[in-house]
Amino acid sequence: MNSTTRGFAGRPRAARPGLPPGQYDAGDDWPVLSAEVTPDLAPADWTFRIGGLVTEPRTWDWEQAHALPASAYSGDIHCVTGWSKFGVRFGGVSLDAFLDAVRPLPSATHAVAYAHTGYTTNLPLADLTGGRAWIVWEYDGQPLAPEHGGPARLLVPHLYFWKSAKWIANLELLDHDEPGFWEQNGYHPRGNPWQEQRYSGD
Amino acid sequence: MTETATHTQGGFAPPVRFAVPGRIAVSEQVATRWQTATLTEIRRETARAATFRLAVPDWAGHLPGQHLQLRLTAADGYVAQRHYSIASAPDDSGHIELTLDHVEGGEVSGWFHTVARVGDQVAVRGPLSGFFAWPGDRPALLIGAGSGVVPLMSMVRHHRARGLSVPLRLLVSARSPEELIYARELGPETTPVFTRSAPAGLPVGRLAAAHLAPLLAERPPGGWEAYVCGSNAFAEHASRLLVAAGQPVDRIRIERFG
Ligand SMILES: Cc1cc2nc3c(=O)[nH]c(=O)nc-3n(C[C@H](O)[C@H](O)[C@H](O)COP(=O)(O)OP(=O)(O)OC[C@H]3O[C@@H](n4cnc5c(N)ncnc54)[C@H](O)[C@@H]3O)c2cc1C
Repeated sequence: MNSTTRGFAGRPRAARPGLPPGQYDAGDDWPVLSAEVTPDLAPADWTFRIGGLVTEPRTWDWEQAHALPASAYSGDIHCVTGWSKFGVRFGGVSLDAFLDAVRPLPSATHAVAYAHTGYTTNLPLADLTGGRAWIVWEYDGQPLAPEHGGPARLLVPHLYFWKSAKWIANLELLDHDEPGFWEQNGYHPRGNPWQEQRYSGD
Repeated sequence: MTETATHTQGGFAPPVRFAVPGRIAVSEQVATRWQTATLTEIRRETARAATFRLAVPDWAGHLPGQHLQLRLTAADGYVAQRHYSIASAPDDSGHIELTLDHVEGGEVSGWFHTVARVGDQVAVRGPLSGFFAWPGDRPALLIGAGSGVVPLMSMVRHHRARGLSVPLRLLVSARSPEELIYARELGPETTPVFTRSAPAGLPVGRLAAAHLAPLLAERPPGGWEAYVCGSNAFAEHASRLLVAAGQPVDRIRIERFG
């Protein structure tokens, strides 16, 4: 159904290029949407591992991850609940730098990201390579706040934000797609905001 | 989890496996289909909150705690979509109720509170997210603030409508008695916490460990499943209190309104 709603005009608005369909501009707000308790995770206790279909599985601690070449993302992020945030700046390391070190096997096509809390989300490997994904620990030049995934989170800004697992712990490379936490809950397997892939079947 | 994942985890084992209560099946077809909902009644709850009763003829039912997506469409094709928790119990066949706070300058809640009248139509789809749902089979400790009480009220209503004997407690925080949503419906299962002004004899102050202690001390068989709902600030505060009081992190479910 898409008939108009009586008396609804919406807020006065200028056309906002860069706003995917069904989204609104959250402005300075950065809503928090996680189902679990924010973990008490000190940088010294944070580790990040890549395993599964790779030549050489590896675990990085905070220092080792920071020794990789720094990389930043400036741009927009989009949450499936409807808000988008423009011109955000994250600092960390490109996921390519981590993947180069473990050398994915040719059979690897997908990944499952695990958080230190046990949260999971699945991604095609192609969405994680080619400078489109990061492990980030800074937001706007400051340490990433715990409720936003600090000390470190995955960042995949071209997909809905539930894919950017907070408190990232592990990436497991697989030869098939395997639904994560929200995906088992009826969310779309890929989550492209431009195609409004919110719920499975969209 | 696949064999591959289990075998190659090495040093990493996720400490918690989050799960939707096993008996909840999300029907993909139903969840993604937009339906027309017709407003049949508006009830004022407080100065800032009102309940909107909607007839949704093909509503497939929901579990207490689930929410839906709602869409308003302007004449020029502009759409506004928001999520709202379902306030009514599942049995209210063909009808659902939403309770909306009137957010200052809010696009969608503003329309509901100043324009909407009986007979108006909006689009809804759902129910969504089984994670926060409570099917009524485990002791439930419900903690909400402001409009965060909405999905919890669905659980309380379900508990009553079905005459369930499984323990259920509601701890609800409001600024004042006047702002306590569903005040007339709350019963002995409820402990209100008032943060700005309280009736004579009741303390004023925010949710604290002392409010949780007697409830956690009840220790029902199987333990509490805790459901926390409200603003992010409240959710952070309440969930940290629960963890500090010994509630296991994997028995805390949180719905943050943003
Ligand atoms: C799972 C879930 C369940 C929820 N359940 C409920 C519920 O049961 N009841 C409930 O009341 N809420 C609920 N919410 C919150 C709800 O989804 C909306 O966020 C809320 O109703 C506000 O929407 P709005 O369109 O009225 O306000 P918005 O238009 O989104 O505005 C929000 C705030 O931002 C300001 N703002 C934003 N953009 C502009 C702009 N361009 N110009 C001026 N001001 C601006 C507004 O002034 C306002 O203060 C839930 C949220 C989630 C995620």
